[in-house]
Amino acid sequence: MTGLLDSLPLWLWFVLALVALFVARRPVHQGIFSLARFFHQSLRLGASAVSAAELRLQERNREVLLAVGREAAERHVEREFDRIESTMKKELAQYPTLHRHLCEQLTAIDEDYVRSAEVPPEPTNWAKAIKAVADIPAKQDPVVGDVLETIHNSMRKAESKALEVYRESARERHQLLKRMMPHWRSMLTTLGRVNKSVDSVIRRAGAIDGHMERYEEIQAGSERARRMLSSSSLSQFFISAFVLTIAVGGALINFHLIARPMTEMVGGTSYIGSFKIADISALVIILVEITMGLFAMECLRITRLFPVIGSLSDKLRTRMMWAAFVLLFFLATVEAGLAFMREILMQEDLAVSAQLRGDEVAATSGGVYWITTAAQMGMGFILPFALTFVAIPLENFIASARTVIGVVTAFLLRILSVTLRLAGTAALRAGTMLVRLYDIVIFFPLWLENKVLDWRARTGGSKSVEKAS
Amino acid sequence: MKIVFPSMAVLACSLLLNACGEPVARNQGVYMLIDTSGTYTRELDKAQQVINFTLAKLNPGDTFAVASINTGSFSEKNIQAKVTFDDRPSVTNKQKRAFQESIQQFVEETEAAAYTDITGGLLQAVEYLNEKRPGTKTILIFSDLKEEIKEGYNRDVPLALDGFNLVALNVTKLRSDNIDPTEYLGRLEDWQGRVEQSGGSWRVINDLERLEKILP
Repeated sequence: MTGLLDSLPLWLWFVLALVALFVARRPVHQGIFSLARFFHQSLRLGASAVSAAELRLQERNREVLLAVGREAAERHVEREFDRIESTMKKELAQYPTLHRHLCEQLTAIDEDYVRSAEVPPEPTNWAKAIKAVADIPAKQDPVVGDVLETIHNSMRKAESKALEVYRESARERHQLLKRMMPHWRSMLTTLGRVNKSVDSVIRRAGAIDGHMERYEEIQAGSERARRMLSSSSLSQFFISAFVLTIAVGGALINFHLIARPMTEMVGGTSYIGSFKIADISALVIILVEITMGLFAMECLRITRLFPVIGSLSDKLRTRMMWAAFVLLFFLATVEAGLAFMREILMQEDLAVSAQLRGDEVAATSGGVYWITTAAQMGMGFILPFALTFVAIPLENFIASARTVIGVVTAFLLRILSVTLRLAGTAALRAGTMLVRLYDIVIFFPLWLENKVLDWRARTGGSKSVEKAS
Repeated sequence: MKIVFPSMAVLACSLLLNACGEPVARNQGVYMLIDTSGTYTRELDKAQQVINFTLAKLNPGDTFAVASINTGSFSEKNIQAKVTFDDRPSVTNKQKRAFQESIQQFVEETEAAAYTDITGGLLQAVEYLNEKRPGTKTILIFSDLKEEIKEGYNRDVPLALDGFNLVALNVTKLRSDNIDPTEYLGRLEDWQGRVEQSGGSWRVINDLERLEKILP
């Protein structure tokens, strides 16, 4: 090869190459353009495919979002109905009794009212006779005077008697009215209670109206509902991720509490892969605790991660909940025991280290360790129960992650589509640029060609003029 | 859920595959040779310090043996104390206490030997550690490295130190070293060359304040 190169001078090679490039100019141009068009069209096709995928994904995201929103709204409405039902059961189920009670009280009040009515004293029949005797003219007659005096005294007596009877009757009426007071008050309390229940029902009905309105919007698939659900989903995602991070921290502390004493149970030198069996056992205990917590939450219908559990009969669900709770309690007790053992091991390690260092006394008279022991045992017992509540943020995280992953993927697909489109255009422009560069390389033969063509045109033009003249 | 289950299955499979592979030994084997010849017996307190430090560093499952270097060191009788720690940390602690007591007894009762058979001790150490098959094998040589073989003893035996870490501790200078330091440096170089040619690694730690480097 080098021999061939050396056979001719370099400038001659250059000239030959220029000539070759000039001769091959048209097919090379066509090839470059074809290639550029091929890339352009392929990339545009790819961009279209990605765009279509993005649209499909967005549509799916929208469906998922609306489905999740619909489910949440249904759950809210269901919960409000449950609350109304419990209010109705609690307060209004006793309404017939209440009604009877009110009627009885009203009847009693009515009877008392009738009895307390004032009866005017009947006029005496002999008053007219007395008046006739009193009108006798012979007043100076001592006999008449005595009679009149006697009559007057009788009248006074009768009057005082009538007054006494009247007072007695008024007292009785007052007694009756006094007896009506507790009935009134009881009625007021009862009616107040009824009013409260009715208010609560009205309030709940208002909340249901709100939820139903939202539900209808979601059902209609309006843009506002979608935006609302999307932002709610994002905030839920971050909140639940934050809470889950805290829970992971708790689980790690729990792990460290029990990993070391687990070596006392399963040995500290056995491995599965590159993991200690003791560590794996500790992790499994924590994971089983979390699982029990999930089941307990599921059985209480606080979360809905497992539809199978939700669809179980109430009796079976309650039994399952108790089973999960008992297991959780047992594991929490085991953890407390392990935490206690951890403290013992630590003390023993300290004692051995001190002995090896030669300061035995200092290690053994270390002081009171019951506080740390109690704290560790307490943490070992409480953390499993605290981890139970992980179920709630976990459910939220899973539900919101679907939407967030969908949104992020759609965004990435859009970026990919735009990039492919840009690359397609760039390929087309690059083809044109390459052609220009090719022409720059062979500018001299091109210039010569131009000159020749000009000269031909000129000479051809003068000849035709001459012929015409 | 669709993503969680396959990823869990993959994790479980990888865990199983890992578990089914060749079990890897992660424990340590430490064999300490203590020179008891001549005036070096005065250094036994320092040796005890090293032993205590090593005991503190070792974990359940590890193996530790202490042997003396005397006239004929290629013998099980030279092993003064040996232990393979139990899986359980509480038992390990008890074993450490018992080991320390044995060493205390050895330090109190040992007598100066006439010769220094380091090679015999090394051969015994290699045999012992190979038998125990620990993950890492370390031989600590607490000696001035001045070998003196009794006449009639053949120590021209090749050492198979492949995979062994040899650490020379407290290599004190002899009176003659003070007169001619090249003797001391030559002794160290000889041992290093011998160990490295046999496939082992060689380190010298004279500062007993930085013992944390003696174990890998």
